[in-house]
Amino acid sequence: MENLGALAVLLAFCLAVFAMAASIVGGWRRNSFLVESGRRAVYSIWLLLTVASGVLVTGLLTGDFRFAYVAANSNRAMPMLYKFAAWWGGQEGSLLLWSWLLACYAAVVMFTNRRKHRGIMPWVTAALMAPQCFFLILNAFVASPFRMLAVGRGITSVADGRGLNPLLQYPAMAIHPPMLYLGYVGFAAPFAFAMGSLITRQPGDDWIHTTRRWTLVTWLFQTSGIVLGAGWAYAVLGWGGYWNWDPVENASFLPWVTATAFLHSVMMQEKKGMMKVWNMVLVSATFFLCIFGTFLTRSGIVSSVHAFAQSSIGWWFLGFLAIMIAGAVWLILSRLDYLKSEARLESVVSRESSFMFNNLILLAAAFAILWGTLFPVISEAVTGDKITVGPPFFNRINIPIGLFLLFLTGVGPLFAWRRTSLESLRRNFQWPLAGGVALVGGLVAAGMRHPYALVSFGLCLFVAWTILVEFSKGARAIHLKTGQNLARAAVELTQRNTRRYGGYIVHLGIVLMFVGFTGSAFNQNTTVEAKVGDSLSLGHYQMRVSEIRDAENDNYTWYTAKLEVSRDGQALGAMTPERRMYKASRQGTSEVAIRRRPNEDLYLNFAGMSDDNQRAVIQAFVFPLVSWIWIGFWVVAAGTLICLVPNKVRFQYARMPAVRVTGKYAATAQK
Amino acid sequence: MKSYWKFAALVAVIVGTLIWLAVGGTTGNMTYYKTVAELGQLGSRAEGKRLRVGGDVEPGSISRSGGEVSFVLVQEKRRLKVVYRGSEPLPDTFRDGAQALADGRMGSDGIFRASQIQAKCASKYEAKPGMQHPANINKAGV
Repeated sequence: MENLGALAVLLAFCLAVFAMAASIVGGWRRNSFLVESGRRAVYSIWLLLTVASGVLVTGLLTGDFRFAYVAANSNRAMPMLYKFAAWWGGQEGSLLLWSWLLACYAAVVMFTNRRKHRGIMPWVTAALMAPQCFFLILNAFVASPFRMLAVGRGITSVADGRGLNPLLQYPAMAIHPPMLYLGYVGFAAPFAFAMGSLITRQPGDDWIHTTRRWTLVTWLFQTSGIVLGAGWAYAVLGWGGYWNWDPVENASFLPWVTATAFLHSVMMQEKKGMMKVWNMVLVSATFFLCIFGTFLTRSGIVSSVHAFAQSSIGWWFLGFLAIMIAGAVWLILSRLDYLKSEARLESVVSRESSFMFNNLILLAAAFAILWGTLFPVISEAVTGDKITVGPPFFNRINIPIGLFLLFLTGVGPLFAWRRTSLESLRRNFQWPLAGGVALVGGLVAAGMRHPYALVSFGLCLFVAWTILVEFSKGARAIHLKTGQNLARAAVELTQRNTRRYGGYIVHLGIVLMFVGFTGSAFNQNTTVEAKVGDSLSLGHYQMRVSEIRDAENDNYTWYTAKLEVSRDGQALGAMTPERRMYKASRQGTSEVAIRRRPNEDLYLNFAGMSDDNQRAVIQAFVFPLVSWIWIGFWVVAAGTLICLVPNKVRFQYARMPAVRVTGKYAATAQK
Repeated sequence: MKSYWKFAALVAVIVGTLIWLAVGGTTGNMTYYKTVAELGQLGSRAEGKRLRVGGDVEPGSISRSGGEVSFVLVQEKRRLKVVYRGSEPLPDTFRDGAQALADGRMGSDGIFRASQIQAKCASKYEAKPGMQHPANINKAGV
């Protein structure tokens, strides 16, 4: 078994080298035999890596503790789900998952483009196989998941493994890493197409059309991964936060930021033939940041106490990144003439300039986050002192950036291309602006003084209003023409131009998430030591401890406190936060009790028992509006999925000769 | 040409603001990372500075009284008494023998006043990529 897995990885590595070499030579010499054999090698790599992953997963599921990896990341008592999740529970396994996902994506790219893009496909294959080779080197020679526990020359095994950390034994956590990986790895495809078109100097923006859906899907995976992580932190860790600008979080957030910038600026290239160099830079930067994120979490370079697996693996990553970056920079610089812009910026108040500022701001955010994350490394290199900048630094920069982006979200889509007249500005923004200002005025009158929160709420209303006006304008036009009712007309409208209106829905989701973020300005919390019968109060809530119990089972001992909750005198029922101490790992976890409501969450944590073991330490938090983050995420996801659906017109009329022009135009518009 | 200058001005304003924010944010929030041993070498120069100190929690030294938790960090035979008064719960991984990071300021009495504690369990533990490490559980929310 173990030899089969190791052999499969080794063979896959050889084939990846072959596929890359054959594609390059085949593309160069226009030798279709070599190109085809390179293409088929990609399928074989997928097959081999599937076998290797199968071997590892079988080992995990059956508890084959001869594998060092299984012994370190699984144990007999774990439920099946977490035994499977242990595949990505440790360094070796998660790197194998990276490889396997990349092979999956590469195989899909090969299959879906098997009769298209003859010119650039060899180079796409080569660009996909470069990271594949790199990760297979890690899998085969540096961090092999098939290392066996050995004594002398004989293979041995242990009775039981160490198991996954109890904190991670949580369903959202089990799917969080593969989600993020799907997003990370997926960006290899747009990157490969971009490089392919650069190498062959393809005319036009074919690579963008080909990879539009890829980019959206991987963006959605990244978004889901990040939000899952945030949701897990909120519900499991007991302090109620969902984001803390930790290096690991930043690593996952950076490629998302550049990917978002890319999604916007490709529209400029498609519609106006502008920003071509910029798009190349963005797609490369996103892919490199994906690799960099993996590097950051794997090398332990950044934060001393979160020492992950400290190993030489970091140098491999740095070397690979250096080679890839040098290659991409050289390609872009040597082909600047082919990337010449076809139009110029004409006015500051135009769609073009709003896209440009959106990009500038997103890039600034990415740079600031990167700077803050790497500050300890930079400062140590320069001054010899390891200096960290904490969350206040990130918040100070990113809150204004976020608000400015929110503002652009509202105004950008309503600016006309080229230039916008004062008249149309007035027409479009008069009422939303008045609404936003009125809301801010009302909130100030109601006693709210937090400046960022006021600006944020005002902008949220403003942006939501502009989006709804867009929908209602279009829907009314359809309603007048076809007589459908307005709701039906809005659906029809979205179906006719899924990309535009799906995008608006994504924007609406982002607005809702901002509402949720802003709520954190008004968080409240209190900590009390309470015995049975004691009361505590926080905000509108009163809580009385009615029972404290402790018990144990095979896996852990636990304490629970039962609290009768009421709000302004009105009883709301009981909440029972729990504290567990796992026996095997001697680690405690909190099972918090959350009462989720749209306006605010009441969040209770059982922090432990006091020293005299008589009173429970209860922490109560009120998190206003936090649910809107999760609601907003679902809206974002729905909007992204709508963007992926082809426009309706194309389907309905494309085959009718009389309206073929319409169909063709729709096809162009849809691109 | 006129619009070109308008653009340049706008970009300059935005970039300038961000640099101003970044510089202010960096200088205002710098925290020196020191181990207990390094802190001992600094002596009285460490007083008042914002520091982040890493070391192991001395077994049996954790005691709670009221909302206050005090414990001793040790490293290479040097000891540092730490007092934590914070609203956030201590991390689940914080216990005897754990590696801990205390964020706060050094008092003139030689006691370190922490406003934040992070901890990592002593056994070897690998975190997953892209995921929050359990060591970070005790931190201020955003």
